[in-house]
Amino acid sequence: MSELEKALRRDAVVADLDALTHRFAERAAGEGLLDIAYAELDSPLGRLVAASTDRGLVTLSYADSGVDPVLERLAAMISPRVLEAPARLDDVQREVDEYFEGRRHDFDLPIDWALVHGFTARILQATARIPFGEVSSYRGVAREAGNERAVRAAGNALGANPIPIVVPCHRVLRTGGALGGYTGGVERKKHLLALEGVLPR
Amino acid sequence: MPLPPFQVFLEEHRDRVFRFLVASVGPHDAEDCFQDTFISALRAYPRLRPDSKLSAWVLTIAHRKALDVHRARARHAIPVDELPERGVEDQPRDGEHGLWTSARDLPAKQREALLYRFAGDLPYADVAAAMGVSEDAARQSVSQGLKKLRKELVG
Repeated sequence: MSELEKALRRDAVVADLDALTHRFAERAAGEGLLDIAYAELDSPLGRLVAASTDRGLVTLSYADSGVDPVLERLAAMISPRVLEAPARLDDVQREVDEYFEGRRHDFDLPIDWALVHGFTARILQATARIPFGEVSSYRGVAREAGNERAVRAAGNALGANPIPIVVPCHRVLRTGGALGGYTGGVERKKHLLALEGVLPR
Repeated sequence: MPLPPFQVFLEEHRDRVFRFLVASVGPHDAEDCFQDTFISALRAYPRLRPDSKLSAWVLTIAHRKALDVHRARARHAIPVDELPERGVEDQPRDGEHGLWTSARDLPAKQREALLYRFAGDLPYADVAAAMGVSEDAARQSVSQGLKKLRKELVG
């Protein structure tokens, strides 16, 4: 490469672009171009990725494998117009904080069910109605969703819950009281059930 | 490969776009141009073919936004009787930036090719795609631009 070519590269400077990018997300929201806003949230169970559409909270995922898989799923299933816009998830962070501090039993967040369909959606909507501190069984939510015999399908649906904690799939146990599985690992299920007084702390 | 989430696309290309714009319109106007570029990109994004060359695509948008700035400047330019001597100003004027200021007087195609190649850091195949010309033509524009710029700097 000649000196001139090097100089041309050098003279095209770079600034710190983070501030510029944040302002961009705000402007995109203002112009109605932000289909999905997301933020990384802190919780006692680790980092979470929260994402909202105009209709409500669409996912609250454990970020064990990082943020990218969550964003890729949102882009493929809803819209590729996905931007980091933490201010738009302030309500979610606040309610999650209050829940873990024991000051909130019911979430008031509107839910967007766009990531789930059919029987899975009905299972998760039935699960959303189980009150704080109570539990149901896979058979119980299958019955609520209109097919008592679809116990295995109910288990699959709960394992695919895109909005754990807020849609409390941790409140669904196996018949007889065994814990069963959990989307974020069974240790987290125990933690949540202890927080709600179902298991001893 | 489906389109990446826009945030991922933005983080991957913002550096390249900002460099390109600083070189083309200078640091003063680069920030507004940057916002306009990515707003236009975001507007069109869901309709984009997944196999598109994203780096070339976003730089063609940046180039259009930069041309808007150059046109607006030309409209607002005030004619003066005497040009000030080079080097007498303490502060660079709007849009001045090192060598790229000298590159401003090159023929449009040559300047555009230099911008894509060195400020946008595109390989020649993508310079060609961005300009809608053959790769040979893109190489030729770059080498002619370099030659002319070199002559200007020496002379």
